Amino acid sequence: MNAKFDLVIVGVGGQGTLLASKILGRLALKEGCGVKVSEVHGMSQRGGSVITHVRVGDEVFSPIVAAGEADYLLSFEQLEAARAASFLREGGVAIVNTQVIWPMPVITGAMQYPENPLAVLEGRTVECADALGIAVECGSQKALNLVLLGMLSRHLPFAAEAWEEAIAACVPAKTLAVNLAAFMRGRELHA
Amino acid sequence: MANKAAQLMLGNEAVARGAWEAGLHVAASYPGTPSTEVTEFLSKYPEINCQWAANEKVASEVAFGAAMAGGRAITCMKHVGVNVAADPIFTAAYTGVNAGLVIVCADDPAMHSSQNEQDSRYYARAAHIPMLEPADSQECKDFTKLAYELSEELDTPVFLRLTTRIAHQRSAVELCERADVPVREYKKDAMKYVMMPAMARKRHPVVENRENVLSQKANTMDVNRVEMRDASVGIITSGACYQYVREAMPQASTLKLGLVYPLPMDLIAEFAGKVERLIVIEELEGLIETDVKAAGIACEGKNLTGVQGELSVEKLRHVLLGADMPAVSGADLPVRPPVLCPGCPHRGVFYGINRLGLNVMGDIGCYTLAALAPLSAIDACLCMGASIGMAGGAERAQGKDFSRHTVAVLGDSTFIHSGITSLIDAVYNQETITVIILDNRITGMTGHQQNPASGMDIHNQPAPQLNIEKLVESCGVKDIAIVDPFDLKATEKAIKDAVAREEVSVIIARRPCALLDKTPKTPYVIDGCKGCGACMKLSCPAIERHGKLVVINPALCNGCGMCEQVCPFKAIKCGKEA
Repeated sequence: MNAKFDLVIVGVGGQGTLLASKILGRLALKEGCGVKVSEVHGMSQRGGSVITHVRVGDEVFSPIVAAGEADYLLSFEQLEAARAASFLREGGVAIVNTQVIWPMPVITGAMQYPENPLAVLEGRTVECADALGIAVECGSQKALNLVLLGMLSRHLPFAAEAWEEAIAACVPAKTLAVNLAAFMRGRELHA
Repeated sequence: MANKAAQLMLGNEAVARGAWEAGLHVAASYPGTPSTEVTEFLSKYPEINCQWAANEKVASEVAFGAAMAGGRAITCMKHVGVNVAADPIFTAAYTGVNAGLVIVCADDPAMHSSQNEQDSRYYARAAHIPMLEPADSQECKDFTKLAYELSEELDTPVFLRLTTRIAHQRSAVELCERADVPVREYKKDAMKYVMMPAMARKRHPVVENRENVLSQKANTMDVNRVEMRDASVGIITSGACYQYVREAMPQASTLKLGLVYPLPMDLIAEFAGKVERLIVIEELEGLIETDVKAAGIACEGKNLTGVQGELSVEKLRHVLLGADMPAVSGADLPVRPPVLCPGCPHRGVFYGINRLGLNVMGDIGCYTLAALAPLSAIDACLCMGASIGMAGGAERAQGKDFSRHTVAVLGDSTFIHSGITSLIDAVYNQETITVIILDNRITGMTGHQQNPASGMDIHNQPAPQLNIEKLVESCGVKDIAIVDPFDLKATEKAIKDAVAREEVSVIIARRPCALLDKTPKTPYVIDGCKGCGACMKLSCPAIERHGKLVVINPALCNGCGMCEQVCPFKAIKCGKEA
């Protein structure tokens, strides 16, 4: 398959962004695409901002998406979507979990959480959802990443069966049903 | 187009796979981002004898011993770990190895998880040890296997240098079978392995000859690859930088170096002769550029890229093509630095320290995060284990009174890594410092690796557990207290008492890491908040200020109960009691 896209996944350490990139990377590879994924480990896992880059194409060199060149921004949290806005190209699509997680300067009252963080994405397509709420309805808040992947899946040229195979390969067997349900809910959201 | 049968592998995982395919026998490492996962993946192969060592020096000595005794060996560390391990590594270059020995060092340009951005390529030069640098996961695997071939052919340890962007990227890898490599015979050879002056003088010429041989061989090695495209610009590069160059200037000719020490000078001269403008693109220091210029070949490099941080496609387009640097969003947004987790036992200690207004010599671990606002509880952080020595030095400069309001703080793993000798030194030299060991029974910041204090080995199997209090006692410390950091009053009193004493005191603040304690927790709630802010001083991510009043976020609260202890109005209670 000749899929070609750049994607940036952002969120807060501990939210499960790494599983989303793992599923996507495996899917692209199995569909015959070139793919590179860049992750952040270590210090940023302790509740800090996290970012993962996914690049798919015939021949991918840099594992990092260049600023202003992401076709998709998958954000697990609103403030992090705003922080990563400059990655998204004009005409790109942002898929955002509406969850709000206060960072320390807001918790202590030193700064305000922005009133409308997504305003900086004006001019791009923004698809929002309470992915956390949907994940809880599906049986686990941890399935939040699958709801967001479901929303993303409608924009990408991979068949639903290929997604399901990749999900099954990457999540523990006992959580597969919940994760697939979360994925399908996300996939149907903006249909 | 990728091979569908290939697997997507983390760079670090591919190094482990390569070592396994090369028939590796023994692995010993100390965790350090971004190198940690190599050893974690190695531990999953049953054919490999794998261990966490107390520090990088011990790990390197174990790996060297294994190689000298005939088994293929590996040790993996982050860049600053090489500083700790440098002593055995430099002399291992003289002795050679018998079976192959690979030293993986992972540099961290831009300091994603590090205290400096030193360039490990200097170690290859200083120790005269060959160094390979892969640029994707397939090369991580292939170069690891090549490293074993070179190591045994030339009888030398070989460095495999990674950077964060290679160690922590995933790309396609084609798998092979494991080679059947028998353990070689152990042969006594004092002239080769006993490095006393008389023997070492005979080994030094061996090192020089070996390097001359490899310098020649480097010119024809496949891993040093000329790719001629447009001849108006030629770029010499390696590792992640190669990928950025290919992306930013796809038409430029490249000389991609897989062996970054020693350099293939004939090949470089030949390449330079074919291109109009020669540029070296390398992150951190200008090592390649310096050697190219020393050979009388004109080139550009650090005048364009500088030595700071990581390079990127955007930066190369900017400096090579004159493109504008893209705007970056979010400069005005609240930052989200990593924080001590809700329920982290370290919090109780730093709360007490702040109440007492002490000077704090800090160390390396999760608890270094206590340096950030609002805790702002750490005055200095230098390297693994430095807190104890720094406290001693401060006392020597300022006098004993200084130690009456100063503590050294370090974790269990860091204490074992390189705090024990400093504690012995403090007792021996009759200092009066106070040392707090944050004993959460795990190596936390690097992602929960077992250590001698945890009572488990790398395979999560039971192992002899180090008794820290007995060890401290054996070092000559007489004033030892063990506290539960969740008990804020007892913790503060222990610190106050210890600091007051004119002798070396050690407090062991013992409670397991909050992320590993899986017992179900009931969140705390606030009812009747007066907005005094006393609980905010804990700097807990679950305690949020909403206007004048404070709210506990039930999704984040880990039920540790420290906030209940500090509320002067008894407004905070465990959810099940409220």
